[in-house]
Amino acid sequence: MKYKSQKVAYWFFALSMLLFVLQLVYGFIMGFAHAGFDGLHDIIPFNTAKAVHLNLLVVWLLSGFMGAAYYIIPEEAQHELVSVKLAYVQLISLALVGVAAIIGFHFNIWEGRKFLEIPRGLDYLVVVNVLLFLGIILTTLIKGKRRTTTALVLTMGLFFAALLYLPGMLPFDSQVMDSFFRWWVVHLWVEGVWELIMGGILSFLLIKLTGVDREVIEKWLYVIVGLTFLSGVLGTGHHYYYIGVNKIWLIVGGIFSALEPLAFLAMALFAVNMYRKGEKKHPNKIALFWTLGAAIVSFVGAGLLGFAHTLPQTNLYTHGTLVTAMHGHLAFWGAYAMIVLAIISYALPNLTGRKLYDGARGRAAFWLSNIGMVGMTVAFGVAGVAQVYLERIMKLEFMEVQKMIEVHFYVLILCATVFLTGIVLYIIDFVKYGQPTDEALEIKN
Amino acid sequence: MLSKKQARAFFLGGTVVTFLIFIGLTVYSLSKAQDQTNYENITEQVVRGKDLWDTNNCMGCHTLLGEGGYYAPELTKVIDRRGEGYIKAVLMTPNPWEPNGRKMVAYGFSEEEAQDLIAFFDWIGKIDLNGFETVVSPLAKDKN
Repeated sequence: MKYKSQKVAYWFFALSMLLFVLQLVYGFIMGFAHAGFDGLHDIIPFNTAKAVHLNLLVVWLLSGFMGAAYYIIPEEAQHELVSVKLAYVQLISLALVGVAAIIGFHFNIWEGRKFLEIPRGLDYLVVVNVLLFLGIILTTLIKGKRRTTTALVLTMGLFFAALLYLPGMLPFDSQVMDSFFRWWVVHLWVEGVWELIMGGILSFLLIKLTGVDREVIEKWLYVIVGLTFLSGVLGTGHHYYYIGVNKIWLIVGGIFSALEPLAFLAMALFAVNMYRKGEKKHPNKIALFWTLGAAIVSFVGAGLLGFAHTLPQTNLYTHGTLVTAMHGHLAFWGAYAMIVLAIISYALPNLTGRKLYDGARGRAAFWLSNIGMVGMTVAFGVAGVAQVYLERIMKLEFMEVQKMIEVHFYVLILCATVFLTGIVLYIIDFVKYGQPTDEALEIKN
Repeated sequence: MLSKKQARAFFLGGTVVTFLIFIGLTVYSLSKAQDQTNYENITEQVVRGKDLWDTNNCMGCHTLLGEGGYYAPELTKVIDRRGEGYIKAVLMTPNPWEPNGRKMVAYGFSEEEAQDLIAFFDWIGKIDLNGFETVVSPLAKDKN
């Protein structure tokens, strides 16, 4: 690392890993319940497990993004973070808010709004926390010697992610309005501003790992985030087809959703081309695996599988079925989980001074988690398509169908075990790296 | 060849234009003239029902308007499908409810709370869903 204050990133990454494992535990609880084994129902009913699974995902990814920003911004701005103490305060408060929300979910304290279950009182604390984070990042950027496109795009992503949290806090009497503005948060996060964050991290990693000229990488970064917004903003319409709003969204959502895979394709081609173009052979191959993996898997999961059910004609049948879970899992994994694992893989050797990136464990972690996740996606897909056919075409009762598709959840659990093995191996590596140290500081000429 | 400046202009320009169109479409589709939800029929009872729906995270298992947990049945047209008596029994029972082996939390709602939720489902059931209401299982049975 180049700046002492970058060390704070490590603790955000550590929190991220801890919450990630916990998220997987709740995922298993849900998988088993779907397969007919709901022994924990009295303590952790399905809606609790679901809220915890989704919110832990959001919090561990955010913690990863924040860690990425604390690592990347000092290097890009060529300036120490303005306050490491405040960054630690922000870390602890983030962890406390997250843990309080998760505990609350076990005691029926929540808002029943998918992805935004955190109760309103805690929402305000989230806002304060994120403002503190943005304050540290923006002040560092302003005081910095350099303002790069990479830093700008990453910061814009984080800023707009914070801003877009607000429509989710508006109170409505109508369920339709509630749902409409819930998507302003959820969709515009994952298919909008979070892609700026992903793009910023991807760009930083490609500059470091491939050695391609910054100007070239950052130029294409603009094109890619431009394509993302061009398709993603109006693509929000695919959530509005069948929730009780005007039919105009069928046309607008249909057309722009069909363009969304192009943005992801551009990102995948961009990453692969930069890698090919690069003459620098960075020794941290495993970080390169995760970086290129994120670009490619996000194209498949978010781009292709998203497109598989965003045409209005298809979505009429797949809306509200497990087909959504199929797309959701590979999309979040490829686009966001993998990019966080990529920046951690790149940052850890630099923060700790230990170069453990040649080991077989790191590669096994990459392949097992990816193979496991692809298997899970297939299991969800088969269950989803069977559900659509049996329920919506053959018109069988919901629970009759659920019984019939239980078997796919056995496959899901099996694949999830492979996935978990990969993640456990990744975390073993994380632990083996040990804590960050000042001795890892690069000596400046 | 595209310059960095042009790429930035493409990003900023494209973003501003699509956001403006998005906001315009939002205003249009949420305007009173375009209402498909019978907004004027949202009574205090419906709002109380929605509060119960939210505060108990029913969406964590069920789906409504096709959104939710995919673990328990879609409730958009549940009144047409099951009738008020059945729904009231499910909502008010103090005993764990276990249809086809899949457990539901026994909420043991009061008579008034059950009525509030029924009013909410009743309002939901009359929304024009652009055709989804004829597909969503298994209420479509009666429509074909």
